[in-house]
Amino acid sequence: MMKMLGLFEKLGDNALYYVNQAGRMGIFLFYSVVSVFRPPYKIFPTVRQIYIIGTLSIFVILFTGAFTGMVLGLQGYHTLRKFGAQGLLGSAVALSLIRELGPVLAALMVTGRAGSAICAEIGIMRISEQIDALECMAIDPHRFIMAPKFMAGIISLPLLTAIFDVTGILGGYVVGVKLLGANEGAYFSSMYKDVEFEDIYMGFVKSLCFGLLIIWISASKGYYVHLERGGGFGAEGVSITTTNAVVLCSVAILLFDYFLTSVLL
Amino acid sequence: MNAQPVVRLIDVWKSFDSQPILKGVNLSLMEGKTTVIVGASGQGKTLIIKHILGLIRPDSGKVLFYGKEINSVSKKELMEIRMNFGVLFQNAALFDSMTVFDNVALPLRERTKKSGEEIKKTVHEKLVMMDLEGSDDKYPAQLSGGMRKRVGLARALVLEPRIIFFDEPTSGLDVAKSNEIYRVFFRTQQKLGYTAVIVSHDVPKILKLADYVALLHDGVIHGCLTPEEFQLSQEPLIREYVETTMGPLYSSETEEEL
Repeated sequence: MMKMLGLFEKLGDNALYYVNQAGRMGIFLFYSVVSVFRPPYKIFPTVRQIYIIGTLSIFVILFTGAFTGMVLGLQGYHTLRKFGAQGLLGSAVALSLIRELGPVLAALMVTGRAGSAICAEIGIMRISEQIDALECMAIDPHRFIMAPKFMAGIISLPLLTAIFDVTGILGGYVVGVKLLGANEGAYFSSMYKDVEFEDIYMGFVKSLCFGLLIIWISASKGYYVHLERGGGFGAEGVSITTTNAVVLCSVAILLFDYFLTSVLL
Repeated sequence: MNAQPVVRLIDVWKSFDSQPILKGVNLSLMEGKTTVIVGASGQGKTLIIKHILGLIRPDSGKVLFYGKEINSVSKKELMEIRMNFGVLFQNAALFDSMTVFDNVALPLRERTKKSGEEIKKTVHEKLVMMDLEGSDDKYPAQLSGGMRKRVGLARALVLEPRIIFFDEPTSGLDVAKSNEIYRVFFRTQQKLGYTAVIVSHDVPKILKLADYVALLHDGVIHGCLTPEEFQLSQEPLIREYVETTMGPLYSSETEEEL
């Protein structure tokens, strides 16, 4: 009986913790989004964050985009050849990239590169009382720290996704057309014929949502690092929370990808 | 003219994980005066400061700033109240990715409409006051502990607040550096006339700066007395604290001879 009660207590405790966490993350998102629209706008810090989140991610996006396109070209060519449909290679590569792989993979790359950095940076600011110091100086941390990051995330992710898509399409072209000998004209004309505005719109909406999601999860995890379970204060607390943030971001991206696809299709 | 209380804590209780830390704290901070809160480590001295700053909400009780309850005001009003506060954190809490100049200039840039030139002038004034000329472009990691505290103090003073909180301003510093901080503190308070709250272990030295001394023991404030009254108090807990911190190092003559 006592064991049973202990189990229920633990379950209740866990449920309360997660409901609390969800609640504070929701409030965090609300305050941050509101602060984005409150003047005076943080233009210079936003540009700086676009550089950190966006520009510094370009190399990894180019690299992964090219190889994703190349492997799509390789796999697509061999699969389509079985049906004698090599001419559709261009549209297969482009549609996979624009609708699905571009937004998802670009978001996962940005999570690994910039999301972890954001969580660690804000987490360290929290444990070294820098966030308390801001509040004591009557400076709103949401406006001062979060607003530029949210803006930068929402601006950078669609652009990075576009770069990812274009590099991927070129990667598919190099492998499919130049190495495996698919028809060059068919590669681009099938793409031109089959890719519609809805496909680009879907990719754009996804990347926009993922941008918001990455900054939201990484920043709020760092901001509330002192309330995290099994971590708490200290360098270890920040490192555990950063890992959790990256895992949560990645899972959330894949989960939201499914829901967004089902809504937008 | 009698000083009036700037901040009043009335029966403030606070627990963490069902362990009570503050058990009904009553304290008044008088305008223009220096109140020193002493007590053993882990008693919740910093917690009192965090309650006054509105960073932590009490489980029960009131924190009043000029009669206005800090915990029932809107976020905007709390921001306005905080404009009156300056804080020197225990670890200085400087923004480590900003230079000394940017750290001190930040409150001016964010909270005032001063021009770049005016900000530059004010920041330099404060840096000179803290003997920090020529350190503008350094980052906090390149500074010594004492310098970091002085930058923290410059930042706390830059908006010329009415009340300044010092959380263990000399912890981790040697005697010379501690004296330096005290001198700076004395000089700036003479000049700016702010109300000060100091949390410190540095007894008896800190008593020289105090107008009032409050002892926090077991979650309750015992007496908020002048330093003389504090040292002569017959209340057992204060007596014991004074004897422990200011009495002989050894507990008996035999121990001393060993």
